[in-house]
Amino acid sequence: MLPTESKKALSFKRYIEEGDLVIVYERNDVMKPVKVIKDGVLQNRFGVYKHSDWIGKPLGTKVFSNKGKFVYLLAPTPELWTLVLSHRTQILYIADISFVLMYLEVVPGCIVLESGTGSGSLSTSLARAVAPTGHVYSFDFQEQRAVCAREDFEKTGISSLVTVEVRDIQGQGFPEKLSGLADSVFLDLPQPWLAVPSAAKMLKEDGVLCSFSPCIEQVQRTCEVLRSYFIQIRTFEVLLRTYEVNELKVDTGSMIGENQDADNEESRPSKRKHRSNEDDTISHDNSYNATSVVMAPPCSEARGHTGYLTFAKLQCLYLSLKGWIYNSTSYHVLDTL
Amino acid sequence: MEHSKEDQKINKAQDPNPRFASEGCSVLLDVNDGDRLVFARLSGGAIFKIGNTNYSLKPLIGAPFGSLFQVETGEDGSFLSRILPVKKESTSVNVIDDDARDNRELIDDNESQSLTCEEIEAMRREGAKGDEIIEALIANSKTFDNKFQLSQEKYKLKKQKKYAPKVLLRRPFARSICEAYFKKYPARIGFIRVDALSILLTMANVTAYSDVLVVDMVGGLVTGAVAERLGGTGYVCNTYKGDSASSVDMVKMFNFTDKVKERIVHSSINELSSAKTAPPEENNQQESSTCDMVEDVSVTAEARVDDIAVRESKIIKAPQPGVKASKEAVEMWKENGFSSLIMAAQDQDPWTLAKDVLPLLSYSAPFAIYHQYLQPLATCMHNLQQGKMAINLQITEPWLREYQVLPSRTHPHMQMSSFGGYVLSGIRISTT
Repeated sequence: MLPTESKKALSFKRYIEEGDLVIVYERNDVMKPVKVIKDGVLQNRFGVYKHSDWIGKPLGTKVFSNKGKFVYLLAPTPELWTLVLSHRTQILYIADISFVLMYLEVVPGCIVLESGTGSGSLSTSLARAVAPTGHVYSFDFQEQRAVCAREDFEKTGISSLVTVEVRDIQGQGFPEKLSGLADSVFLDLPQPWLAVPSAAKMLKEDGVLCSFSPCIEQVQRTCEVLRSYFIQIRTFEVLLRTYEVNELKVDTGSMIGENQDADNEESRPSKRKHRSNEDDTISHDNSYNATSVVMAPPCSEARGHTGYLTFAKLQCLYLSLKGWIYNSTSYHVLDTL
Repeated sequence: MEHSKEDQKINKAQDPNPRFASEGCSVLLDVNDGDRLVFARLSGGAIFKIGNTNYSLKPLIGAPFGSLFQVETGEDGSFLSRILPVKKESTSVNVIDDDARDNRELIDDNESQSLTCEEIEAMRREGAKGDEIIEALIANSKTFDNKFQLSQEKYKLKKQKKYAPKVLLRRPFARSICEAYFKKYPARIGFIRVDALSILLTMANVTAYSDVLVVDMVGGLVTGAVAERLGGTGYVCNTYKGDSASSVDMVKMFNFTDKVKERIVHSSINELSSAKTAPPEENNQQESSTCDMVEDVSVTAEARVDDIAVRESKIIKAPQPGVKASKEAVEMWKENGFSSLIMAAQDQDPWTLAKDVLPLLSYSAPFAIYHQYLQPLATCMHNLQQGKMAINLQITEPWLREYQVLPSRTHPHMQMSSFGGYVLSGIRISTT
């Protein structure tokens, strides 16, 4: 999914090969990840699609089933992956993910720690942000989830960027070997305040921590602990409102028109029929004047709450370059991990 | 290739971000916890004004990002001095619950403070520290003791901001740059709020080794934010109508290494979409004229934005961001297409631009289009649907609310930004 070298960038990777992961797109809300295998077939309500027909085609094109119905084959991105991955836990969605990446100040080469791994929705986006030289260390206390996440990262081709370990971060804290190496730490835990002291130890000076919690009580307790180690503590809620786009016929005829008698009323339906054959804006009767307009109302339902995002920066205590040099020597330890 | 000392140091430590503010680098000064955000370029002679006093920024050189400074008065007048944060013990919730004091006795008659302005000034001249002035103010306040505990804290904070302002040295980042502009000059960045910017970067799948096409008419905010995520790989190519590239001056506020800067290029829409023959002489000429223009804009723009004496910036000058895309790069993009697109063009019709720019993308390439208004995006989306040019189309509007989190006093901020822009996102597909 992510290019680890320039040759693998999307713009160079235009044709589907055997072994590729593609996203089969039926509709906005019907998508499926499929690994292309030579003898493979995909079956859905539109019929049977042979993988062998796909190989050699450019991504982003239509492919047809035996019944002549088509789907699109797309290159996987973390955004599409978030929509198709199997939910082992509640996952983070695009608005939260985007905001977290921005506020954690994650750039290529960064070391990011994350707990829990969950379904790996955020991990995938973190991996994209640290690529090609950085690394994501992800921890989950459940063996099964860690195994599934590793399989997923293998499937999406990001396993070289993400290491998943089984560990109870609330109980044990992050592993000692990562001390002072992390640029950012992300916590999605039931009791994040328990992990704050360890997170502070892992971070470089001025490093950023983010804690995601659905309940305000969790935020409250976390912030109390954060104040001992961190500055610039800020809590946000970010949501998305989506809009539909509809083309509508709107009557733009004036209300005050020429006087009409019953005959005129009778003739209207036939006029409308007549108009449908012509350009739809032409009307001789200014009491009914249909204009086609594109309008965008908000969707009537939306996700109302995901979680609160609390960000904080580790206090900077070093006075001189010395402290930093100490930090940078420990940085090299990383190679031996 | 010449690298500055700082660059070498960074390369050695493999740190993706500079940890120390060096001479000549761009910094963000955060006064009193976000009350005022100011960009500055550090130099021995740089001056920063707080209240009516000018302070030299010299003490900031060499300090790690994230360090805190406070105004102190010495023999030679006031100066900025590094302070270490005090470990705060978390306040007990019980105390607050039991506090029965309230504001029933409080009368706003402007007579509660017996210390006069003259007396405070005299204290300052004698070299009193900010904290000492605040203590004196509290001692001379008739109402302080009767105040609710929370009001006492508020009072102290208010006085601290006035008499002992704190300056936090921050590293400029896409996030902080966007926030600072949104707060002070939102029109210059097309009213892009930081959450909208984050969605643009995500929806356009910006990652290392990608070739991102941008239409940046928001001063370089988008170009800079993309370059930050590319980390010196791939390209961010800013395209434009007509002959001259739009100014991407804001890029200078990021402390990009040469490696990252080399990846910021521009090319006109005509060059990117035209047939392969373009006279090379004409191109060279165009390059030099574009650079001149960018430079002119930069001096004025920086002086205005920084709200600081930037005369020094002439001595230590950051190189102009963005060079013309090489012929090889343009050929490569014609051959393979760009891997994604971000458009943030003020006062432009998104559909008019999109229909010219979208064909420059690879199939399956994601794109994100920002606009301050909904209607032009709706029309654009409708036309893309009708023309079957893209799928997975969606218009979203991010909503961001900040919270005050304090013991027994947690609530959303009383004031919030109610609008941060609209984003149309989608994926380009083959029409055949």
